[in-house]
Amino acid sequence: MASWSQLEAIKTAKVLMVGAGGIGCELLKTLALSGFQDIHIIDMDTIEVSNLNRQFLFRQSHVGQSKAKVARDAVLKFRPHISITPHHANVKDPEFNVDFFKDFNVVLNGLDNLDARRHVNRLCLAAGVPLVESGTTGFLGQVTVHVKGKTECYECQPKPTPKTYPVCTITSTPSKFVHCIVWAKDLLFAKLFGDKNQENDLNVHPSAGTNSTNPTEDVFERRADEDPEQYGRKIYDHVFGYNIQVALANEETWKNRNKPRPVYVRDVLPDKLIQQNGSLEKNCVTEESAVSAMSSLGLKNPQDVWSLAENSRIFLEALRLFIEKRQKDFGNLAFDKDDQLAVEFVTAAANVRASSFGISLHSLFEAKGIAGNIVHAVATTNAVIAGLIVIEAIKVLQGDFQNYRMTYCLEHPSRKMLLMPVQPFEANKSCYVCSETPLLLEINTRTSKLRDFVEKIVKNKLGMNLPLIMHGSTLIFEAGDDLEEDVAANYALNLDKALAELPPPVTSGTVLTVEDLRQELSCNINIKHREEFDEEKEPDGMVLSGWVTPTEKDTRVVSNGESTSTAQLAEKSDEVETAPDRSGTKRKLSEMSEMMDNIHDTKPCSSLDIGDQLNPQEVEDNGDDDDIVVLDESPGPSKRKKLQ
Amino acid sequence: MDGEELTEEETALYDRQIRVWGVDAQKRLSKAHILVRGLNGTAVEFCKNMVLAGIGSLTLMDDRSVTEDVLQSNFLIPPDEAYYSGRSLDELCCESLKDFNPMVRVSVEKGDLSQFDGEFFDKFDAVVLSCCSLKTKKAINEKCRRRPRRVAFYAIECRDSCGEIFVDLQKYTYIQVMSSYVAPCLDYILDCYKHGCLDTSDASKKSDGTAECQLNYPSLEEAISIAWRDLPRKVSKVYFAMRVIERFELSEGRNPGETSISDLPLILKMRKELCDAQSLGESYIPTSLLERILAAGGKEHPPVCAILGGVLGQEVIKAISGKGDPLKNFFYFDTADGKGIIEDMSNSSTS
Repeated sequence: MASWSQLEAIKTAKVLMVGAGGIGCELLKTLALSGFQDIHIIDMDTIEVSNLNRQFLFRQSHVGQSKAKVARDAVLKFRPHISITPHHANVKDPEFNVDFFKDFNVVLNGLDNLDARRHVNRLCLAAGVPLVESGTTGFLGQVTVHVKGKTECYECQPKPTPKTYPVCTITSTPSKFVHCIVWAKDLLFAKLFGDKNQENDLNVHPSAGTNSTNPTEDVFERRADEDPEQYGRKIYDHVFGYNIQVALANEETWKNRNKPRPVYVRDVLPDKLIQQNGSLEKNCVTEESAVSAMSSLGLKNPQDVWSLAENSRIFLEALRLFIEKRQKDFGNLAFDKDDQLAVEFVTAAANVRASSFGISLHSLFEAKGIAGNIVHAVATTNAVIAGLIVIEAIKVLQGDFQNYRMTYCLEHPSRKMLLMPVQPFEANKSCYVCSETPLLLEINTRTSKLRDFVEKIVKNKLGMNLPLIMHGSTLIFEAGDDLEEDVAANYALNLDKALAELPPPVTSGTVLTVEDLRQELSCNINIKHREEFDEEKEPDGMVLSGWVTPTEKDTRVVSNGESTSTAQLAEKSDEVETAPDRSGTKRKLSEMSEMMDNIHDTKPCSSLDIGDQLNPQEVEDNGDDDDIVVLDESPGPSKRKKLQ
Repeated sequence: MDGEELTEEETALYDRQIRVWGVDAQKRLSKAHILVRGLNGTAVEFCKNMVLAGIGSLTLMDDRSVTEDVLQSNFLIPPDEAYYSGRSLDELCCESLKDFNPMVRVSVEKGDLSQFDGEFFDKFDAVVLSCCSLKTKKAINEKCRRRPRRVAFYAIECRDSCGEIFVDLQKYTYIQVMSSYVAPCLDYILDCYKHGCLDTSDASKKSDGTAECQLNYPSLEEAISIAWRDLPRKVSKVYFAMRVIERFELSEGRNPGETSISDLPLILKMRKELCDAQSLGESYIPTSLLERILAAGGKEHPPVCAILGGVLGQEVIKAISGKGDPLKNFFYFDTADGKGIIEDMSNSSTS
């Protein structure tokens, strides 16, 4: 077990945990039991009921309280003499700057979002503090170690940024249930209950063109004297009937697609037109929390898949209840997965739309998961991962870098292994975060505005929160609240200008420097002008490259496990079955096990500069070794060195 | 399992895990009864996992009193002598575990489990033994196997920073879902779920058909009686180390974990005896591994408790819900190499 040096290292270590949720609770408990005595925790969340199935440091009575604080109190109960400092705050807050991070011997992440992870990664790099990253979903989990100068940083393998669907898919040509959810949530719900001043594509038709003020716009306005039920039927008929009919008029759209069918109340609920006040079980409860269309209509089971008629009833009833009970929220209501009525409404709306387009319907339970981006989670996986994190943390504290491992927790064993350790990789030399290599941006400099660049590239793709952008020695944009008025006004003007119209103009060949001072990250972007972009494949209208890009749908076949697989599957199990794959890489299973048996194996490979990376044919083929990186939308296998 | 629906309270509390294993599995769990004998750190982790999962009832047996050593890897008991003095380990753990999930019945059973009648075990869907001698494990395993209705049997052991799980589900039939589906790589899944860019309906398994599978598990006696030279190649070294220690404890009349580094000479002698008898090279059981285990005595490395307790927790959930490929029949974890390995040790006559 613990050698003396290990115990010493543990006892004197100062550890930062970011996140006190599923992984955090297990981690804090295991750290405390393992002898750690100085732990800081950052978590901005408060406790919810759905946390309690795995975040075992919390109780029902703690709902609403700070996770960081309650976790601390719970652990002190069995380890009263250790120091645990809770920070009920956002890790992106300015108080957690590089100096704050420098104080720690190791940082342990138990986060649930990419944005925060990238932020912490950058601060750890800037502070020179090792980072142990982790994640779990259901039965899957992983733990990775990131030590500056020795291993990859968390962003050396770029992680996919939040998926955006092309607008037309959502507004006009949905083909999957999720498209219907997005429509119901971000368009219809937003239109009815959200900020009226927000741009909304709900009435956009292929034929009508975008952004034209539609005379039927006032369909959504409800007159004060308009009967809620009648209003509801009007809305239903408009979005599910009329809008579809208008869309159908454009033959071009439907040449290669199945046509949707318009749906009207009179067809789906013929008896609805008769007043039903007496026969329905009206919801008499006045508390907001009990307002529910499901209980009103006697549909009790969230796991049931309702018929079109039932969904329609829910839609109308939910809308009615919103008007009658939640009127005061109108104008600034955002979808919240814990808002029962909102979930009911979105589910119903998505289902009616799905029905229209021949897409299969889903239960409220499923719809809620999709609409709310709910991560499914169990306690056991978190416990295993927490154990693995502490094991790596102890190695890090001892500087035992030969033994650092990335460990994958699998649902089905691969080569007898449920827990698979893999050697960490060397830093990606083209990683713009830890290696400061320039990136390439293809963009239409004449039509794209600076604002688009800031939102889509700098904030979304590069994950910078408070960026500043320089063109040569000129600052063309700076984010922040503390700017002087005239300076801020100037930036505001710049945001609305096309790149080629900026002072000085940004055109093909320009190099922009983007920085985030808090993250201590600086990055150069080479601009290349391009006229056209594919609306479906490149919905952002710009393409950033220069480091390994993951494929959207990595096609690997995963079979069900070795011992009982059929002959058919046994063949496939030799492929990358559950071998934890890096984006764009196809690691062979034989390669994996070889790696594990021969820990000190050092396969040679040459380093690449960016010229090579853009022209893979010029790079030497090292035969059986790691393969070559192709750095555009069609990545091939990657070339990376293992640790010496 | 139609009929009784989950209550609103259960649906709200178990939402996130129902999304993993489904409502039916959750219902089955709520009717399951589990017995745990031996409450060391690893067993406590397991108990925590079971209570959070929402089983029907958990029965605890361990009448040892609390000592410094016990507190070391136990997060259920406050280190306050006034509080724990005079009370047995099982009572204290029971009190604490109840708190984790008021919907689970947690209780204590007194007595010597190995003396209980076979009928006693009929109450349980699964029995988990920890800190038990080989003699006790075998005896209880046999009793479980003789019951008319299957009682799943598990033994879990953590010494120093390695450990072993043994599983005996007797004749186990289950529906295996063949899923050949297009799945993004692990990293991608994890990251996408974290920030919602993966269409969760995409990632759901599309069943390619199902097949009924039957597994035959050997008893503990049968499993460890397999001649070492007949075992699969490259079996985990921890297996052998555990057998040597087991044999040593048996012959010296020691309680499980009652060892120290001063026992090394005797252990090495035992290793030689066993290896000679089994025609196995002694290098299969590294001295360093034996030293680690001896020196630790009954001490467990908390991260390993969490790992083993988590894996066992998942196994029991699978067996109760009838969903998911169960582990057959040993699992090993050793911090030294970081691998979590499944070893299938069954005779051709039993598999």
